[in-house]
Amino acid sequence: MANRATPVVEFRSVSYAPEAHCSLVSELNFAVHRGETLVLLGRSGSGKTTTLKLINRLLEPSTGEVLVEGRSTADWPPIGLRRHIGYVIQETGLFPHFTIERNVGLVPQLEGWPADRIQRRVEELLGLMGLEPARFVKRFPRELSGGQRQRVGVARALAADPPILLMDEPFGALDPLTRADLQREFAGLAQRLGKTIVFVTHDIREAFTLASRIGLFKDGRMIALADPAAFSRSDDPEAQAFLASLNGPSSFHSLS
Amino acid sequence: MELINFLIRHQREVLLLTLQHLELVAMAVAVSAIVGIPTGILLTRRPGLSKPVLALANILQTIPSLALFGFLIPILGSYGIGRLPAVIALFLYSLLPIIRNTFTGIQGVDRSVREAAHGMGMTNWQLLTQVELPLALNVIIAGLRVATVISVGTATIAAAIGAGGLGTYIFRGLRMNDNLLILTGAIPAALMALAADFSLGFLEKALAPEGRFPRGGWKKWGVATAMMILLLGTGIVLSGRNPSAQKSRVAIGSKDFTEQVILGELLAQLVESQPGFEVVRRFELGGDLCHRAMLSGEIDAYVEYTGTALMAILKLPPKPDAGEVYRLVKSEYARQFDIEWLEPLGFNNTFAILVRQDDADRLKLKTISDALPHARSWRAGFGQDFMSRQDGYPGFARAYGLSFKDPPKEMDLALTYRALASAQVDLIAGNSTDGLISQLNLAALEDDLHYFPPYQAAPLARRDMLEAHPELRRSIARLTGRIPEEEIRRMNYQVDGEKREIKSIVRGFLVRNHLVTGP
Repeated sequence: MANRATPVVEFRSVSYAPEAHCSLVSELNFAVHRGETLVLLGRSGSGKTTTLKLINRLLEPSTGEVLVEGRSTADWPPIGLRRHIGYVIQETGLFPHFTIERNVGLVPQLEGWPADRIQRRVEELLGLMGLEPARFVKRFPRELSGGQRQRVGVARALAADPPILLMDEPFGALDPLTRADLQREFAGLAQRLGKTIVFVTHDIREAFTLASRIGLFKDGRMIALADPAAFSRSDDPEAQAFLASLNGPSSFHSLS
Repeated sequence: MELINFLIRHQREVLLLTLQHLELVAMAVAVSAIVGIPTGILLTRRPGLSKPVLALANILQTIPSLALFGFLIPILGSYGIGRLPAVIALFLYSLLPIIRNTFTGIQGVDRSVREAAHGMGMTNWQLLTQVELPLALNVIIAGLRVATVISVGTATIAAAIGAGGLGTYIFRGLRMNDNLLILTGAIPAALMALAADFSLGFLEKALAPEGRFPRGGWKKWGVATAMMILLLGTGIVLSGRNPSAQKSRVAIGSKDFTEQVILGELLAQLVESQPGFEVVRRFELGGDLCHRAMLSGEIDAYVEYTGTALMAILKLPPKPDAGEVYRLVKSEYARQFDIEWLEPLGFNNTFAILVRQDDADRLKLKTISDALPHARSWRAGFGQDFMSRQDGYPGFARAYGLSFKDPPKEMDLALTYRALASAQVDLIAGNSTDGLISQLNLAALEDDLHYFPPYQAAPLARRDMLEAHPELRRSIARLTGRIPEEEIRRMNYQVDGEKREIKSIVRGFLVRNHLVTGP
């Protein structure tokens, strides 16, 4: 296991170009440290999601390398790497034909945990996510509200207790009030669990709620990387554009 | 009501043919699923292949079924008739819906679900078996459902190549112009298609991932029902083919018209009258399938006509002398095929040039030459067979210098009789043994130039069978000369005209002639 000083995730001159002359991200150089929440902020199509998928090797870099716990993702067995990293996406990707219990217990089951241990873990996680286990374990995803589904998605990502969590706009499809609830709860949870989190969003309020540091993306490049306080003082025009939306009329609702 | 009576009286045969039908469909769809589902899965992994493969399956399905059977006969050689080509054709037809539905079912799995599965660290195999197949299952079942319903319908045509099944009744009914028989085949086939459609449709709904039965109870019930039906079907099919021990099996064939079925039944009952023999009836084989079946050993004996053997099988030119033709085919069959011609039965089934009896009386017509002066003002109607055969109309008209008012009308053979009787035409070419000749009050004109070659009927048998069972040779030899033209014409009429049962007519004939002991 890597020691404390080693970044948990590190990008070294990473570019990803599915075809020549069409690169989705280029020249990424940054590190994510143990226990921090790095928020990747940017407009749609700026390369945030691509960056996330390079970490769990759903995509492989065209040049450069991505290191996870000091080891290049090319040297990790891809299945082992992915089971080591929790993954939450906007559409939740819950399996519609599995009960909530099976959805949450999926990775432990793939890892061959005994059934009673899986069951205890599922109940623990549902409780942690504010879902009463007895009411939810036997239900199917379509019987849940959007917010409940997203909680299940987070519980599933945490199931095998991975040290790293990748989250791709997990709260993007929710109504503003539910989103604010989940953001607040999740901020507290992230701190308690001590996970290293890479979180993608286009919502600067969400970034400020959750981030240890914010990485700003534009046209496939990371153009700024700073903690929220430093970010709010940035004079970069893209950062200014995002900061301006904070003072827009919609901020009225989320100041509570 | 009539139909129900018929079904009750023939329940054993109806059941047998239904089971044959079911078996054809079940085998074809099962093989198709075994091949088609993996192919569909492969296409989702290699999307570049999907277009050409689906196009090929599409083309296969557009081939008319009779044409497909036709292609398979030369390809499969001596296995070209019976169940094998039928199952192959049904298999080919079933492929498209199964491949296409497997492919589109898996393609239709939500992108985010697939991404989540990858992101969780599922292997490709786990993704396929735990996510993609369960989510696509109802679409795949829908493909099986379409394939099954298509197969139940197409399997009726398989009767034309001797595969049995309910199509046997339909073809028999078409030939005998008997709607009751057609319905006896069509209604159970339609019911079978509906039952398959309903039960697989139920399964399809029950297995939908977000279907009506989320708690799993119904799902299990549906699967259990399907398994029951499958087991029951297999059980019945298997029990039906339990061969009785110690008896020697002899397979008797016949071609696909009434007289042939009568003659086949005659051979069958004679063999059955010998202790220790069991007969498999492979009747109603179209075209030259009887000959092919003899060569491949699928049947051991049937009744053939010397002229047909000479021209259609041996491809030799026609000869006028009956004795010469018989000796020639006998020696050639022995030499080329190891098949023995036994002694002729006594009648000659050739083309008969027919006119209405009152015309014959009024104009004093005895021979075809007598009719020549009148033909110019007459119309003629001929069956497809007569119009196209080497020894049919073109040569016949040339030999006699015959011409009619209009070019002859080509129509179904059975219709030419009615057309003549109702004076829509004035001269037709029928079969000399046809029972309708006397029933419709028609007269056969003598072939005074001996244009038509002799078509003496005689039993054929595989030599190895006759050597193994000399008592069968003696038994069949007792038929020699026992069936003159009036006799076969009468039996034909009892079947086609009076709709009596072939089995009992044959039984009556054998008892009357002391060929078997009475009941």
